Amino acid sequence: MPTWACCEIREATVTNPFDIFLLEAVLNGILLGGLLALLALGLNLIFGVIDVVWICYAELVMVGMYGIWWLHTAQGVPLPAAMLASIGLVAVCGMLLHHYVVSPVLSAEPINQLLVTGGVLFFLQALATVIFGVEFRNVGFRMPSLNLGDMSLSGSRLLAFAVAVTAIGSTWWFLRTTYLGTAIRAISQDRSVMPLMGVNATRIYLLTSALGGGFAGLAACLLVLQYDVHPAIGLSFGPLTFLICVLGGLGNLIGGLVAAFVFAQFISVGGFFLQIEWGYVIAFVFFIAVMFWKPEGLLSRRR
Amino acid sequence: MQPGSNGQAKRRAGGSVLECRAINAGYGSFQALFDVSLEVRAGEAVAVVGPNGAGKSTLLRAMTRLIGLRSGQLTMEGKDFSQAPPHEVVSLGIAHVPEGRRLFPRLSVEDNLRMGAYLPAARARFADRLEKVYTLFPRMAERRHQLAGTMSGGEQQMCAIGRALMSGPRLLLLDEPSAGLAPLVVQAIFTLVRQLREEGYTVLIVEQNIQQVLQIVDRAYLLETGRIRESGDAATLIGSDAVRRAYLGLL
Repeated sequence: MPTWACCEIREATVTNPFDIFLLEAVLNGILLGGLLALLALGLNLIFGVIDVVWICYAELVMVGMYGIWWLHTAQGVPLPAAMLASIGLVAVCGMLLHHYVVSPVLSAEPINQLLVTGGVLFFLQALATVIFGVEFRNVGFRMPSLNLGDMSLSGSRLLAFAVAVTAIGSTWWFLRTTYLGTAIRAISQDRSVMPLMGVNATRIYLLTSALGGGFAGLAACLLVLQYDVHPAIGLSFGPLTFLICVLGGLGNLIGGLVAAFVFAQFISVGGFFLQIEWGYVIAFVFFIAVMFWKPEGLLSRRR
Repeated sequence: MQPGSNGQAKRRAGGSVLECRAINAGYGSFQALFDVSLEVRAGEAVAVVGPNGAGKSTLLRAMTRLIGLRSGQLTMEGKDFSQAPPHEVVSLGIAHVPEGRRLFPRLSVEDNLRMGAYLPAARARFADRLEKVYTLFPRMAERRHQLAGTMSGGEQQMCAIGRALMSGPRLLLLDEPSAGLAPLVVQAIFTLVRQLREEGYTVLIVEQNIQQVLQIVDRAYLLETGRIRESGDAATLIGSDAVRRAYLGLL
């Protein structure tokens, strides 16, 4: 993201559409898009397969961030090990969430499903405040940034992008080519016929929830390198993640990917021409416009 | 009437494969099946016929444990599975082609077939069986990458039967395979069922299309309002009053 310092320089060159800072903004947008796409992936997977929106998804990411912070700074566990453990921790949280909260309301009205997972959001926020307090915590590790000519790209964003793209690609491969992945796609289309295939639907739901939780844990690993963790951190990207999923067509993994990159460009390039806050304003105006034009989302297969 | 109580000689009929003893089942407070007893022997093709709402589909759903039994017993090759969870029924060697075909509409034909071979034992033989299914249904080989929901009704029925065959079943349950299909396609589906028999599959078929199905099976049961009214050789049943009544009842 351009700093104030480079804004001064930009004043003179803003007429040239190919200027280096615009390119930097576009590249930063792409990098941000990768991270947002990863966040959207887990939420979309859960909705696409189980047909329930985990409103508390960003709070699961928060659990992962606290897990990493606690293991690394308080327990002295090496950062990579703390990250792996936290991915596992959030995957287990995903399964518990499904088993104890989502499963009982699986055939209930959507509003009830939203309310229970929304309740978990506040529960986790409150729990984090009670345990860790309201202080901002960080793992005390910042990745160096990469300088390409006059451009400066954040190392942690590059890493986040690479990991997100790898995760999305592997998920795509997994869903397309494995039996389990095929079953996950199949169960979203017809749940009640699954036993006739010899598939235990409950087990597939639990595995999908673990996978969705695992993605939240992976996102936590990437976010903890860029942001401090505090009990309300979920609010800073939870609604954004949800909007991206809706924009792409809730439950559509490819739609979520496209929407994440579109949204990230609005934020990044919009923030470049105006101010960073205006980037968000433009992105949300675009979102509202799309909702009028295509309420089912950009790439939705659902009616 | 007890199955097998008539003395007619059965073509190629071997030992008992599936046995239902005095099954009572239903949905909520509604009882759909009353003391239904039925037997299928190895190599046989057996039909359950009867008018709309007689409980034919419910009977198949009870056999694959999709609905629970209130009382009665189910055995497959001598093994009691009256209390087995529904997803374990396939591993007993029973494949159920449900009413309305129930393909995964947004999966390709080949992915639908892959789902039929989901169990570990079937996965190992996926390639073999896929080839067999494609030989049996060349149309499916042509359409392997097409989304199942975009095919015609007859093609979807073939795909649904193919999916069931992928598990390598020793008993195939077909629920109204001719429903909703054009007369010519219905003919093709019945020819196919005949062909499956000749391949050695044991088939239990549920049909409203009484006259046609009685031409291709060895034995049949007539189900009316949840009770077995008549059973016996297909040839005998075609002429029976009860079947004629049920058949006319459809018109």
